[in-house]
Amino acid sequence: MNHNLLLIIISGALINNVVLSQFLGICSFLGVSKQMKASASLGGAVIFVITIASAVAWLLYTYVLAPLGLEFMKTIVFILVIAALVQIVEMFLKKNSPAVYKALGIFLPLITTNCAVLGVALTNVQNGYNFIESVLAGFGTALGYTLAIVLLAGIRSRINEEDLPAPLRGAPIVLIAAALMSIAFMGFSGLTF
Amino acid sequence: MNKYLERLYNGLIKENPTLVLMLGMCPTLAVSTRASNGIGMGLSTLAVLVLSNLVISLLRKVIPDQVRLPAYIVIVASLVTVTELLIEAYLPAVYEALGIYIPLIVVNCIILGRAEAYANKNGPLLSVMDGVGMGLGFTAALTLAGAVREILGSGSCFGVRILPQAVEPMGIFVQPPGAFLVIALFIIIMNAIGIKTRQRQLVESGCDGCCANCAARCDSGKEAAK
Repeated sequence: MNHNLLLIIISGALINNVVLSQFLGICSFLGVSKQMKASASLGGAVIFVITIASAVAWLLYTYVLAPLGLEFMKTIVFILVIAALVQIVEMFLKKNSPAVYKALGIFLPLITTNCAVLGVALTNVQNGYNFIESVLAGFGTALGYTLAIVLLAGIRSRINEEDLPAPLRGAPIVLIAAALMSIAFMGFSGLTF
Repeated sequence: MNKYLERLYNGLIKENPTLVLMLGMCPTLAVSTRASNGIGMGLSTLAVLVLSNLVISLLRKVIPDQVRLPAYIVIVASLVTVTELLIEAYLPAVYEALGIYIPLIVVNCIILGRAEAYANKNGPLLSVMDGVGMGLGFTAALTLAGAVREILGSGSCFGVRILPQAVEPMGIFVQPPGAFLVIALFIIIMNAIGIKTRQRQLVESGCDGCCANCAARCDSGKEAAK
């Protein structure tokens, strides 16, 4: 059993990396990766929110939507739950741990419509995961997101010092760096257990 | 030019959502493996966008300003659910090909972006035309990206083989890295011929209007800066 759970985390983080192979959360991946510190903070916030959101979405789907036969309502319910959850997490952190809030606070609203959160919740339902698998899949995916954005931030801090041809400056070179990272991550698809 | 046609021109060319405004990057990168996928995704988004612009424009005087974003999200999510069920029932092949990216139209920045920037300030007819223009612009860009990736990566276009058999297609272009490369190539070309895009907003400011919340924050930040 442990074998399987480990595989879910690794597959979420490396093999099916949420940004580099599934293209979810691209906006913040490209936008925030300018600074290393902000990237790490955003990664922390994403791990936090996605893990909680997967748990809450699973509970709602299994104990509320499925018994009532309202499975088709999942998109509406999940997006509202995620938006509400981010608000609650923000208020909770503000009150109870100002230090964490200070580090993650400004990134929390950015996550509300980050498609990765909704994507993970929907994929978990599609794959028919149980509670523990859903939470771990969420955690693994978020871990993969953090890994990707921190790596890209590192690469970008080096790119900034290079003298590039004018048309390549800005978005193109960042996208090319992301493409090379994506090629590197394709190597993980050979991982089997 | 007639103001309705002007909306079409604006969406297709002048403010093309993907190529000029750089919105909706997730679906652009994800489903552009084939030209036909681009059309499927583009038209699904167009349907949702036109209807959401219409509904939001009609309700613009009813929805209180403070709760407009949650209200928009509910409207868009309902329309996406309807669209998803219709596609699943009538176009199973498209449903199969696009998968999770159909429900994810909800978080497509273009839709909330147009609601905020256009539909809540203008009448229903103009808003519908704006939706049609933006939707067609998105469809055109996705199809173009899909066609380029399909030609380079599998040697065909819309499933029809066009490269000679002797040419070995570069498989990397239909794999995930190809998506980043092709979009990078598009921006390089636009930069080189001097078309101004909002690419700075994509990679510099950290908020590209993607999530409605931070779009609002950006605007208030800009106003404060003034």
